[in-house]
Amino acid sequence: MFFQLLRIELFKIFKRPRTFIAFGAVAVIVFLVQFALKTNGAEFVELFVSSQEDTFEIPKDKMLNGFFVCVTILHTILIHVPLLVALISGDMISGESAGGTLRILCAKPVKRSTIILSKFSASVIYLALLLIWMALLSLVVSILIFGTNDLFVFKATSLYQMEAGDVWWRFFMGFVFATLALTVVIALSLMLSTFSENSIGPIVATVCIVIVFTIVQQLEVPVFRETVTPWLFTTHMLGWKGFFYINATAEGKSIWGSIENPGSIVKSAVILCGYIVLFLGLAIRHLNKKDILS
Amino acid sequence: MKKVTLLFGLFIPLLMVAQEPDELVQKIKAKYEKVNDYQASGKMKTNVSFMKVPEAKVKIYYKKPDKLKIKNENGISFVPKGSVNINMGNIFGVKSYTAIDAGTGTVQGKTVKIIKILPEDDQSGIVLSTLFIDEKQQLVLKTKTTTRDNGTYELLLQYGKYAEWGLPDKAEFTFSTKDYKLPKGVTIDYDNGSGGNTQPKTKTGKVEITYNSYIINKGVNDSEFK
Repeated sequence: MFFQLLRIELFKIFKRPRTFIAFGAVAVIVFLVQFALKTNGAEFVELFVSSQEDTFEIPKDKMLNGFFVCVTILHTILIHVPLLVALISGDMISGESAGGTLRILCAKPVKRSTIILSKFSASVIYLALLLIWMALLSLVVSILIFGTNDLFVFKATSLYQMEAGDVWWRFFMGFVFATLALTVVIALSLMLSTFSENSIGPIVATVCIVIVFTIVQQLEVPVFRETVTPWLFTTHMLGWKGFFYINATAEGKSIWGSIENPGSIVKSAVILCGYIVLFLGLAIRHLNKKDILS
Repeated sequence: MKKVTLLFGLFIPLLMVAQEPDELVQKIKAKYEKVNDYQASGKMKTNVSFMKVPEAKVKIYYKKPDKLKIKNENGISFVPKGSVNINMGNIFGVKSYTAIDAGTGTVQGKTVKIIKILPEDDQSGIVLSTLFIDEKQQLVLKTKTTTRDNGTYELLLQYGKYAEWGLPDKAEFTFSTKDYKLPKGVTIDYDNGSGGNTQPKTKTGKVEITYNSYIINKGVNDSEFK
């Protein structure tokens, strides 16, 4: 019954034209970034290395390769993807309520929890397809345009270099982690969706929560940093970047295939999974108690 | 007559001491000048506190008087700007200079003669270079060079198979670095909240080149230096 429901939910998702807005938006953003970097890439790289230009000869043209462009695109896009995801998942239950079909759906001989899980799974499949599309455009197309070379990733006070052969698995794991991170947004908007009778409310509420959490996280003031920030899901959604922070020996030589702090990625993944369970649990609990007769 | 003898007696030893560093430098310079150009292959390790970079397979091209290029064969390397000083030719290429005896010291467990080279040309890229010379082998084991544009560098050299050419098997090049700091809003760092990054305190970086082989005086195309 679950798979039958899942098939129906997927049909509903991909029947709606708005589903493809996200795919179109991602394509436009990726092409714009690629065009900008093809035109003014050296200036962009300079932004990260200008403080070191007096000390080193920096081959900026080589640094601007497909891997670097892909990481840049992911930086740009992954912050905004929650909005695109919420457009679909925020409508899952509230859309049924608004359309008057929730009663029919709940009248079926199927548990309400199964309904929630099928809608959640369908949203996750949509998300996975969106990220595959993003990977295809941002990684494969960027490599075709810019070629490959060592990847440079920058933190506020450090710089990481990975050899080209040591990068592929990091992108794979990065996208897998991004899927997990954005699944939290799906679970959140699905939960909010059970509380609402219209589609707009849960979508806007989800986006607002993500924005508020992100601002709190970015504020970097002790009162938040030491209390709230470590537990915000937006803090841990950036965990995909952890795969690009390579570990090094005491002499600063980066270690092939290593991660600087794998424990923090695991911790982030556990916290994100906790959020998913929490939001789904609340969604199931609320739908189970929801009066569908009125 | 006695006064003249006394004056000679006082000044001749001083003149002899004053000439000695210059002679030693000339001898060593002659040894290093046997190399007109070379192409070397080796491995380069970069140790800068804010950088995590892999060991690189590099090719080093040199051509008299002061052309030097370090190229990463497979990937990308940040090469320190003063790296031209890893070749002694750059220091011995100074045409007019004053050599001053600065005593003796110990480098790599060997007693060395310390000589300071002061270029007389105001336009010279080098302001001051201190050479730590193994007199027996007539090799420079260490240099400290202050340049006009690229700060102060220290070079530690270990010799082996190519000692007769004055070419090292290993060179450790120490240089000054600047702080690396970007706005967090630009990098959007991943931090799980368990603690932030601390700005590295070391203000020097080190590049270590281990040479595998040299091709000496077989000609190097100028295009390699572009």
